[in-house]
Amino acid sequence: MFGYYLDLALRSLRRNKMLTALMVLAIALGIGASMTTLTVLHVLSGDPLPGTSTTLFYPQVDPRDMDGYEEGKRPPEQVSWPDGQNLLQAKRADRQALMTGGSVAVQPAQANIDPFFSDARYTTSDFFPMFKVPFLYGRPWSAQEDEAKARVVVITRTLNEKLFAGKNSVGQTLRIKDAALQVIGVLDDWRPTPRFYDLNTGSNYGTTEDVFVPLSTSRDAHFAHDGSTDCWGSGGGDDEHAETAPCVWLQYWVQLDSPAKVAAYREYLVHYSQEQKALGRFQRPPNVDLPNLMEWMDINKVVPGDVRLQTWLALGFLLVCLVNTVGLMLAKFLRRAGELGVRRALGASKREVFMQLLVESGVIGLAGGSFGLLLAFVGLWLVRKQPSSYAALAHMSVGMLMFTFLLAVGTTLLAGLLPAWRACQITPALQLKSQ
Amino acid sequence: MMHIKPILAALKRHKAGTILIAMQIALTLAIVCNAVFIIHQRLERVQRPTGMDEADVMAIHSIFVGLADNNAGPLIQADLQALRQLPGVQDAVSINSYPLRGGGWSTGVRTDVDAKDSKAHTTQYFADERVLATMGLKLVAGRNFRADEIVQADPQSVPDPSIVIVSKALADKMYPDGSGLGKPIYIGDTKKPTTIIGIVERLGVPWNSVWSDDFYENSLIQPVQLTGPFTNYLIRSKPGQLESVMKAAPAALVKANRMRVISKERGVRSFAQIRDDAYKGDKGMAILMSVVCLVLLGVTAAGIVGLTSFWVGQRRKQIGVRRALGATKRDILSYFLTENLLIGVVGVVIGALLAIGMNLWLVTQFEMARLSLVYVLIGVVALLLLGQGAVLAPALRASRVSPVEATRSV
Repeated sequence: MFGYYLDLALRSLRRNKMLTALMVLAIALGIGASMTTLTVLHVLSGDPLPGTSTTLFYPQVDPRDMDGYEEGKRPPEQVSWPDGQNLLQAKRADRQALMTGGSVAVQPAQANIDPFFSDARYTTSDFFPMFKVPFLYGRPWSAQEDEAKARVVVITRTLNEKLFAGKNSVGQTLRIKDAALQVIGVLDDWRPTPRFYDLNTGSNYGTTEDVFVPLSTSRDAHFAHDGSTDCWGSGGGDDEHAETAPCVWLQYWVQLDSPAKVAAYREYLVHYSQEQKALGRFQRPPNVDLPNLMEWMDINKVVPGDVRLQTWLALGFLLVCLVNTVGLMLAKFLRRAGELGVRRALGASKREVFMQLLVESGVIGLAGGSFGLLLAFVGLWLVRKQPSSYAALAHMSVGMLMFTFLLAVGTTLLAGLLPAWRACQITPALQLKSQ
Repeated sequence: MMHIKPILAALKRHKAGTILIAMQIALTLAIVCNAVFIIHQRLERVQRPTGMDEADVMAIHSIFVGLADNNAGPLIQADLQALRQLPGVQDAVSINSYPLRGGGWSTGVRTDVDAKDSKAHTTQYFADERVLATMGLKLVAGRNFRADEIVQADPQSVPDPSIVIVSKALADKMYPDGSGLGKPIYIGDTKKPTTIIGIVERLGVPWNSVWSDDFYENSLIQPVQLTGPFTNYLIRSKPGQLESVMKAAPAALVKANRMRVISKERGVRSFAQIRDDAYKGDKGMAILMSVVCLVLLGVTAAGIVGLTSFWVGQRRKQIGVRRALGATKRDILSYFLTENLLIGVVGVVIGALLAIGMNLWLVTQFEMARLSLVYVLIGVVALLLLGQGAVLAPALRASRVSPVEATRSV
């Protein structure tokens, strides 16, 4: 029966080519626009560390003075040096890492490469196992090396290609500023999207920094810190006194493997705040939070506003295209009232006529979906031409591909429901009589 | 217009189709109004002046490497000397940032030394006395810095200046009666007063996103030459010689000192490029929205054509009867035009409400202004005209139906 309906559908669609083309085109444009923007949205709001992200948390405490205090306001987005160190040393979580960003001058040993600046991440040893960072060569540094302010460095594969032609560079020396650092590890390709661990750098969808140095070493060797520094009271953004200044400029992440541990850690943050207040360091009532990774992304509205706006625009566009298709299909089905009357009179039940018409709208949906998919590929190609940092990420995945077809066929079937139902209501006798 | 009653009666028999067309017009109006509003806002932003005379200006971002901390002062002086001596260069200056650059310094300013909260937010530029000439800023009151007033300072600890040049917007914000010249302001948390010695007509901040909109023209220039390894050189060429200077200037810098990094992508840019880079996102959004609007209007028009054509086809016999009973071609034409107008009016009324509702929602979700009603009015007129235009072809076809049709059985 399905084959027969399909044949009928194709015949009917061929009979009025303009109308069919119009319906297919409207669906295709709507689907193409929606899928392009939804794919970008999907990529940008994705989980940077699937499987791990639910156990990663971003503890926040509020060390500010009472100036501008308002109850219920969120704690600062970063932590100060003393708080970071206290929380790190307390080791209350399964893993913890304190970090900040910077920029370092790399002076290659090779005469043919000019010195250049590279973004750097200063962090502590747990960073690598906690974020499941893959290594191509060598190893991350250890807690002992953190302690000893060891002159060691981990570099990315990209930098390794540039400096050491991709060979195993473990044991080589890298000159940064005036310090000689020993390469102990080379990362394999790693690009968490968004680059969740520090949302202050202005490019949340960029590649990771190329140079990773122990936080203690970076302070000891006076490597420049950049990124956001928020101060209060008499604080200044002076790099040399950043340890003691009333400023927040570090990010602190913890791994907590069970809900019980999460609750306990939240408790600990409150106790910590009370204790600091008793010591006179904190002035505000305890104001803590412990969002997990994805919650933290939401709080920070990581997905650019324009991308969300475009998605809504495209969905609105799809809606208009669908209303349009419903209207055209209604016209088409009702115009065939005579033919449908004959079929009904010859014994086809309402249900069968309904099915026949739904198959026809399904065919339109499939054609529109296929064409829309092509348009989506063109759209994504256009997005990739844009200068934004996430441009390179705009690729369709298998999941999104399937979703496109489901969306196209599903929505057109939905659009076909009303016209098909209306067409079924035709009384066969009346139609035959008017012939 | 006297045929409204029969039209309404006919529409009642085509409820589904009527509702669908009205709905489509309403949705299209709502989306197009908001999209055009956004497009207009973006384009306005793109054309916003910086206060600079932007022609013949270029910027070079240079970073010294292998330098002990923050003593690039003499090197920068040498660079400036080399740049200013180049043929084709009118003037050059070293500055921490410039309008549309994207990153810079900002701080609060007060007029009352004891005030806790700052009176305005402003950006801080640090440069020597040549900055006005290089940027092409217009001094509207007071005087420029003198060469002997310029101090060298480590960017980590810039001393509070005793004099400053401010933009008119900032001066008026601090002293609304326009008496800012010669008055003191307090920059950041300092207790030391800084005297306004000059006011420039306009000077934009380095940022161009929505968050900086409320202090977009609040700028001040401190007579300070920063000595950090990072610096931006702004260079003004003699009229029409920008192209040659863009080649000569980076070469001259490298010749003066090789231990520096000038980024390949964004290290050397003309101001036209800087403006282009800064507004690429806004422009792209405006283009995308325009395309979507056009396609949307096209789809809606096509939908109206399609559905009306069907109605015409369905009513050939009735049209024939009316023609046989004495209705002129014009009557038939105006019947379909009026019918479409009726549906259109319902559509645009709903659409106008929807457009305003949609905007109210967008305001809560995105950094956006309230929709001005002018857009809605223009949209209403545009969609009604679109509907009339779309219905014209099928209506003309209907008017050509011959009275003979009435006698045919099919």
